Amino acid sequence: MKRSHKPIIWSLFAAGGTFTAFMIPVMILITGLGVPLGLLPAQTLDYESVLAFVQHPLTRIALFGTIFLTVWHAAHRLRITAHDFGIRADRVVATIFYGLAAITTLVALVVLALI
Amino acid sequence: MSRRPYFRTVSRYGWWFAHPRYLRYMARELSSAFVGAYGGLVMFALWRLWQGEAEWNALVGFLQSPPSIGFHLVALAFALYHTITWFNVTPKAMPVQIGDRQFPGGIIVGTHYFVWAVVSLALFILAGAGT
Amino acid sequence: MTPRRIEFEILRYDPDKMQKPEFQTYLVPCEEDWVVLDALNYIKDELDRTLSYRWSCHMAVCGSCSMMINGEPTLSCKSFVRDLPNQVCIEPLNNFPIERDLVVVLDDFLGKLNSVKPYLIPREKKSLEEGVYLQSPAQLKKFKQFTLCINCTLCYAACPQYAHDENFVGPAALALAHRYNLDSRDVGRTARQDVVASNLGIWECSFVGACSEVCPHGVDPAGAIQQAKIASTGDYFMDLILPGRKS
Repeated sequence: MKRSHKPIIWSLFAAGGTFTAFMIPVMILITGLGVPLGLLPAQTLDYESVLAFVQHPLTRIALFGTIFLTVWHAAHRLRITAHDFGIRADRVVATIFYGLAAITTLVALVVLALI
Repeated sequence: MSRRPYFRTVSRYGWWFAHPRYLRYMARELSSAFVGAYGGLVMFALWRLWQGEAEWNALVGFLQSPPSIGFHLVALAFALYHTITWFNVTPKAMPVQIGDRQFPGGIIVGTHYFVWAVVSLALFILAGAGT
Repeated sequence: MTPRRIEFEILRYDPDKMQKPEFQTYLVPCEEDWVVLDALNYIKDELDRTLSYRWSCHMAVCGSCSMMINGEPTLSCKSFVRDLPNQVCIEPLNNFPIERDLVVVLDDFLGKLNSVKPYLIPREKKSLEEGVYLQSPAQLKKFKQFTLCINCTLCYAACPQYAHDENFVGPAALALAHRYNLDSRDVGRTARQDVVASNLGIWECSFVGACSEVCPHGVDPAGAIQQAKIASTGDYFMDLILPGRKS
């Protein structure tokens, strides 16, 4: 049998899985729930302060890493989940999910470079 | 006496209802839909931020709406399930052996939870203090 | 103590007489300390001598009395009736073709087991006079838990990926490959990788973890496969950086 090329995508899946396990819950809490539920002051999401924060070189790198790892982790797991749901068109499924991940990564890269 | 093996078929779509462990597995796998959607949302938010103040404020307005809060609550639940299931299997995937003794898996898992709690708390406090 | 009467619904299949398997019910007066295998032996001895099933040791060592007991892949010699309700459903092991009654066809599994070369491949063969291959306790500890596999195939019955793709090499065979790969006396890893690191080897596994949950000896095939994925990923990138390196 032929040795698989899966390590390329699996290493992204595994790195992303570890990263998201540590980071995503608190990020959801900060960006999606903190202000509406009154856990964080309303000015947390002020345009000026968020922009200044995002423009810092370290934040740009961190945010790119976050998006990159998160979407590739999700894309690979969703590809397998589609198979688990009985969808056998693996090539189509893989193209859709990896394509979405690639587009998201690319847009994030451009936005974070120019912002 | 003849050989005529009988082949049973497995349900292609509904197999995961056959046992609770398969349901837990599917819930773990589906966490990626929410984790991935959240990743996409972060990308979208950055794009709005790049477009300008009006676009950003429209997004912030949407974040206060019940559908957004509902999505984030469900996403948080799935993200936490992902965190728990991921940390708990770490010693299986990466066992540590010192000499001829197995390093206790519970300590590996516990360290993950500890670091996770510290990092999460620090980021949350920083987010509140940064304004 | 008076015996407890348990109703056993057993999936029967006779290839000479039946088109498809059908359930047959037996009422068995079970003693408190019986296991399901004792009840099957009672049925065979007292009620219906046409019932076919495999068993040998009656002590969870031989791995031949595997079957589905109330939907759970179980060794029938390890399943005490006192832990079971008054109605028990017994079927042949999932994910295997039925040969007759509770006897399944194991050819596929045995072929896969063979394909991963589950034996020691030493650097140089020693004659008997030259003595044994030495190993320290620490080196033994690295793989010892994986040596406890008794090839009962409960893990294959629990694995949904095997259920959906019978070409998947599967938990026990991959765990045994890992066991020899971890053995300090063995140099066969490169030869095994052609099967282990293929798409139908470790990469078909999605870490459901059911195999490890049903293993009667606490072997952790799911863990072995994840460890093999990490090691094979390391190989893959090392081969990209240093083509033609010796592994």
